[in-house]
Amino acid sequence: MERHFQRDLEQLKSNVIKMGSAVEQNLIDALDAVLNNDPVLASKVISSDGKINQFEIDIDNGVVDILALQQPVASDLRLILAIQKINNDLERIGDHAVNIAESAYRLTETPQDEPLLEIPNMAKIAKEMFQQALDSFIHLNAQLAQSVLESDDRIDALNRGMNSQVVKFIKKDLKSIEGGLELLRISRNLERVADLTTNIAEEVLFHTQARVVKHHAEEK
Amino acid sequence: MYSHSYKTLQPTDVRIKTEHLNIYYGKKQAIKDVSLDMFTHRVTALIGPSGCGKSTYLRSLNRMNDLIENSRTEGNVLLDGVNIYDKQVDVVELRKKVGMIFQKSNPFPKSIFENVAYGPRINGMNDKKKLEDIVERSLKQAALWEEVKDDLAKSGLSLSGGQQQRLCIARALAVDPEILLMDEPASALDPIATAKIEELIYELKNTYTIVIVTHNMQQAARVSDYTGFFYMGELIEFDETKKIFTMPAKKQTEDYITGRFG
Repeated sequence: MERHFQRDLEQLKSNVIKMGSAVEQNLIDALDAVLNNDPVLASKVISSDGKINQFEIDIDNGVVDILALQQPVASDLRLILAIQKINNDLERIGDHAVNIAESAYRLTETPQDEPLLEIPNMAKIAKEMFQQALDSFIHLNAQLAQSVLESDDRIDALNRGMNSQVVKFIKKDLKSIEGGLELLRISRNLERVADLTTNIAEEVLFHTQARVVKHHAEEK
Repeated sequence: MYSHSYKTLQPTDVRIKTEHLNIYYGKKQAIKDVSLDMFTHRVTALIGPSGCGKSTYLRSLNRMNDLIENSRTEGNVLLDGVNIYDKQVDVVELRKKVGMIFQKSNPFPKSIFENVAYGPRINGMNDKKKLEDIVERSLKQAALWEEVKDDLAKSGLSLSGGQQQRLCIARALAVDPEILLMDEPASALDPIATAKIEELIYELKNTYTIVIVTHNMQQAARVSDYTGFFYMGELIEFDETKKIFTMPAKKQTEDYITGRFG
């Protein structure tokens, strides 16, 4: 017997997946705008963030409705709680994509071509992590979620490396200060994207395996 | 029969324990090898679909099944370590210690006062003042005193459904039990009366050890500390209520409480 509650829950999950796809597209476009020096693509990302914000509001309302009307328990409850947090994480990732797009736009206005240093590497890893986290939610694949957690350290290391590389680069040529600062902003935004993506994977593990892995809770 | 005062027991102490309990009605086995510990000053809820054996199990805890023809019980039901099915156990004494509240309220066709005083009276209490004290204390404990204190001579049957059920709880409390068994105590009541009974259960657990059978899973979640899920006579899972309703270990429990059963 399928209950209408389960259909409501599936509908909510499907909306999260749609939101995730929209965020993924914005992240890819924002990074392509950086890598290809493309102001048009950057503008597109900035103007499409409103759609993601609307998803967030709709999903929030759906979560409140189900909690108030259906009193979910066990894995249904864990799914609802996970959706609530993933919704928030996705919206924040969308904001970071906008920040990256804004940096991309400003970079097109700097007088000289900047070397992008570790940004292409970081972009590749962040995109992969995001895709894996979203796939782990779609297919409730705990193994995939676990692998996302393990990638976060790589981004953190590259982000730390960016600081010294940009400083060295600016010292050589003071005219590159503005460009260098934009690269640091992008790097920091990518580091945050990776953190939020890790949160999504943690929520998938909470839903699928009833494990709390954040802040190394299992080791305490 | 009791070696120590129950009032000094801690919530971590096991009050009732069943060991390999099997109950048969004729050839049909209603309870299959159920071993379970129930703790002092805690509410234990028993849930499961109709016919799963939860009420049979509950009734075994004060030997109410003895009244059913053809029923046979194997294994142990230990109350403070003493098997209540031992031959030397006085069943009347046992049922004073282990009171029961049923789904349908069943006040006697007597006054409110006499309903509550009935138990103490048949136990030989005749002192009018003491009886009045017991009636007042019991009605207060059952959260009914304020509503009936000026009408104690009125018939118990004239009360509303929710009040009748609280009157039955007061009647059960009047004989000073230590354990309360409740079989669907709120299933025939409206939401306000149900909320009152649930609050009452929450209060009463400070004094008593409570075992409740309920079809209403949200009620089990709201009032109990521990939950046992029964299916086809077996205890499938028993754990802290918050664990059962957030991360049950067994798929059958998960399917039942999320409504995916069958």
